Formats: sequence, structure tokens, C-alpha cells
Amino acid sequence: MFWQLLLTGLAIGSIYALVALGFVLIYKASGCLNFAQGEFLLLGAYVALTLVTTYKVPFLPAVILTLAVAALAGLVVERLVLRPLIGEPVISVIMVTLGLSALMRGIFQALWGTDTRVFPPIFPQEPVSLGGVSVSAVYLWSLGLAVLLLLLLSLFFKFTTTGIVMRAVADDQQAALSVGISVKRVFGITWAIAAVVAAVGGILLGNINGVNASLASLGLKVLPVVILGGLESVPGAVVGGFVIGLIESFVGGYLDPLVGGGLREVVPFVILLLVLLVRPYGLFGEEIIERV
Amino acid sequence: MLELNNVEVIYDRVVLVLKGLSLKVPPHSIVALLGANGAGKTTTLKAISGLLQVERGKVTDGQVIFQGEDITNWDPEKVSRKGIFHVLEGRHVFEHLTVEENLLAATCLRRDRQGIKEDLEKVYSYFPRLKELRRKIAGYLSGGEQQMLAIGRALMSRPHLVLLDEPSLGLSPLLVSEIFHIVKEINRRERTTILVVEQNARVALSVADYAYVMENGRIVLEGEPEKLRENEDVREFYLGLTPEGRKSYREVKHYKRRKRWLS
Ligand SMILES: Nc1ncnc2c1ncn2[C@@H]1O[C@H](COP(=O)(O)OP(=O)(O)O)[C@@H](O)[C@H]1O
Ligand SMILES: [Mg+2]
Repeated sequence: MFWQLLLTGLAIGSIYALVALGFVLIYKASGCLNFAQGEFLLLGAYVALTLVTTYKVPFLPAVILTLAVAALAGLVVERLVLRPLIGEPVISVIMVTLGLSALMRGIFQALWGTDTRVFPPIFPQEPVSLGGVSVSAVYLWSLGLAVLLLLLLSLFFKFTTTGIVMRAVADDQQAALSVGISVKRVFGITWAIAAVVAAVGGILLGNINGVNASLASLGLKVLPVVILGGLESVPGAVVGGFVIGLIESFVGGYLDPLVGGGLREVVPFVILLLVLLVRPYGLFGEEIIERV
Repeated sequence: MLELNNVEVIYDRVVLVLKGLSLKVPPHSIVALLGANGAGKTTTLKAISGLLQVERGKVTDGQVIFQGEDITNWDPEKVSRKGIFHVLEGRHVFEHLTVEENLLAATCLRRDRQGIKEDLEKVYSYFPRLKELRRKIAGYLSGGEQQMLAIGRALMSRPHLVLLDEPSLGLSPLLVSEIFHIVKEINRRERTTILVVEQNARVALSVADYAYVMENGRIVLEGEPEKLRENEDVREFYLGLTPEGRKSYREVKHYKRRKRWLS
């Protein structure tokens, strides 16, 4: 039981990590809290599902198309919704992302209804046996793909000029402008990447749980994750994702049967409160560099 | 090369800071803009680089002409593409990036990998210290090293005109003269035009080809460094000299807001 809970916890955690990463990237670049992150996840899940079931596109091309659609959606949202707000107070920007979330949810409901839809089986159905522990393959695939994507992103931020420029903008916007960096373009790219990682999370989660509007509530779960990791920290988002995933999994496995269920939904938010009380900057909150 | 004609700048639609400022920067020269704290030096540079925009400031009258083109109120991005780079007051290095990443971040307008490599080496040859520190996180560098990095970062974009805002701020006299020496070298070897803003008149006049003194949003004095050094007011207020030599502390206190000139 332990190993099984561990693996499912890691798999779900890796998806949380992806979605939280998108949230943190936007926050770092522009100081905006994107409360529509969960809807981008839903967008990915629905678009991929529609391509696969309605249009019979094979899974891999469907995923690639979905990611392109997500990137485009991210760019469009940044251009039309966020850019006109540059320089406005943070609270207005937050309200706008809340409005965006409601709007997207409404559109999805109109397009895809409220029923839960399921992906046709894509990953192998029979459970995989790992040293005596049997886990369903979809969890392993999710874990593997999410970790791969996280690695690729960290290489991107470390070694490509665009990645370095994105970190530069997160660090000091005025200095970025002064050396000719197009901050607007960087905001656009950031939203595109955030939408893409959320869409990947949506596709993976959709394969595990099926797709309906409640998937978007994962956007809310991103909050405990990023508060735990530190709003400004990319490694924090990743670690926070795994930690929350594991805690949920273990609480669901060991404690829920004792109390009759429901704890796993609550625990992340209890953690959120505790972290806010004890370490408001999170485990990995931005180190403010002070020279001696 | 650069010309400001009767430039007027207003912040937040009400605060008038530059009140008809004019100056000229000839190609390949070093021009110094001197003035006390609050005179409007930084505002002048931001009016050129377009960074006024992000502080809700605007050029409301007059023109900024660069290489014959009117660049008044252009986007900072567009101004950089013309080859103008602004080294901000207080250095503003990217603190969480390494030294080399700081330099590379400034090359985002370029695609020529080979040229970028050569320019990295060029910056390291002007500032050998940066080469030793290339993998260090910039936030942990000393003030002087950060200033070198800020200047090096501007060089990476092969600028035609560099706007330097108070490079001497908070540095020891020895470091200040080292940095100005390198600035002069860059000007001589790369033929880069430089407009440098300073409160430290002594060191700025030592490298400049021409200098302006501003007060309260206007130019009040201009000339060759030799001529300015002879000027009574400059000697007294900006160099701390009187006919009898250095002023005593008591007399200087009167000019408290200009205290930093005396360091
Ligand atoms: N963003 C701003 N909004 C309003 N006033 C400003 C702003 N920036 C500077 N000022 C004012 O403009 C004047 C000149 O400032 P500045 O250009 O920074 O001078 P200097 O660089 O010579 O010290 C000061 O009185 C300052 O208070
Ligand atoms: Mg200043």
C-alpha cells in the first residue's frame, strides 16, 4: 500500500508541479497572480479530448496540436486582457484574472457541457508491476512526462537566450528595458509557456480522472502549492507540487478510511494556513540578496 | 549625434522637472552632465532612453534628436534598437543571474553567435575582474564589480551611444578613477559616444571633452573642462575649492546639499 500511495502521490504531485510552475512564472515576470491557471488546464484537457474523440486525431499529433492551441490562447489572453493593464494596481489585475476564469469556464460549459468525458484508453490498461508493487501505467507515464517537461524547462531557462532574458525580466524590469529587452514580448512568451504547462497537466489529469469542469478546481489547489514553495520560486513550485501530491495521497490512503473520507481535500488548505502562519515566504521564498 | 532642444519633462501630468533643457553630444565624444542631487540629471537620461514612460513621465515640449531622427517619446525598446543604451543609476544588475548571464541577456536583439562570443571576450578584456567572476551570482558582487558589469552589459549590445548615470555612486575614490579610466579607454578604442551624468565633478571633468552644469531642470553653464575648472562657481560649489584652497568644514556646511561634491 505504501509504495502504491507513494507512486500515485508523486504522479499527481508532478502534475501539480507543472501547473504551479506556470503560475509562478507569470507571477515572477509580471507580479500578476493568475487565477485562471486552472481554466488553462481545462482548456488543454478539452481540446485534446475533442481532437482524439470527435476528430479521431491520433494521440501524439493531438497533443502537439493542443499545446499549440494552448500557447496561442496564452498569447492572446496576454495581449488582449493583461497588456492593457500594465501599470494598473495589482488588485485590478487579479480581479481581471478572476473574471477571465469565470468567462473561460462559461465558454467551456457552453461548448462541452457538464458531463464527465473520458479519454479513450491511450496508455496501457494492465497495471505495471514494479518490484512487487502494481501501479496503473497512466500514473507512471504522467510522472515520467511531467518530470521530463520540468527538466526541459529548466534547461531552457539556464541555457537559451530567451530563457535568460525571461529571468532577467523577472529580476529587474527597468534594467531589462534599459538593455533593449522587449518586456512585452517576454510577458507574451511567459503566458504561452504557462498555458502550455497547464495544458499538459490537463491532458495527463484528464487521462487519469476523466474531464469535467471540476478539473479546473485544481487551479485553486495551486495556491497551497505555490504558497508552500514560495510564490517567487520555480524550484519551490516543483517541490511544493510533489509535497502536496504526496500528502494528499497518503492522507487519502491512510486517514480517510478512518474518518470516512474528505480529509484529502482539506489537508492542502490546512497546510496553506500553517505555512502562512509560520513561513509566509514559503519554503523557498525569494532570497533577497544583501551584500555585506 | 545627439541633440536635445528645449526639452520639457513632466511627471504624472503635473510635476515639471525639465524646463527647456538643450544640449549636444558630438559623435565619438564624452560629454559630462553635472549637477547636484535633484537637478534633473537622471530625468534627462530617461527622456533620451524612453524609460520616462514606465515612470509616467513624458517629454511635453522640445525634441530629442538622434542621428538626425526625432526620437522624442519613443518606446525604450525602439530606442535601444537605434543603438542607445542606458546604464542606470545604482547599476541595476540582474541580481539572481550570473555575471555571464547578465552579459548575455543584453544580446537579445542580436542573432550572430560568433559576434556575441567576441564581444564577451572584449568585455572581459576591458574588465578582467569580470572574467574571474563570470559564474558568480551578480547580486553578491561588490559595488565596483556591479558597476563594471553594468557598463560591460551595455557594451554587449555594440552601442553607438551609452548613457552613464552616476557611475561613481558609492564607490571608493580609487575604484572611481579606475572605472573612469576604462570608460575613457572604451570611448577611445570603440569610438563609443558617451553621455555621463555625475555629481563627482572632479573625475567627470578629467575624462570629458565637453561639460554642462545643470540646476533645477536647466543648463546653467557649459564649456570645455578646462574652462569650467577655471569658473569660480564650479570651483566653489562643485570642486570645493576657493582661492585659499579647500574650504573649511564650517563654510562648506552651508552648501550641505552639495556635500557629495567634496568627497
Ligand atoms: N517618477 C517621478 N515622479 C515625480 N517626480 C520625480 C520622479 N522622478 C524624479 N522626480 C523629481 O524630479 C526631480 C529631478 O530628479 P532626478 O532627475 O532624479 O535628479 P538627479 O538625477 O539630478 O538627482 C526631483 O525633484 C525628483 O523629485
Ligand atoms: Mg540621479
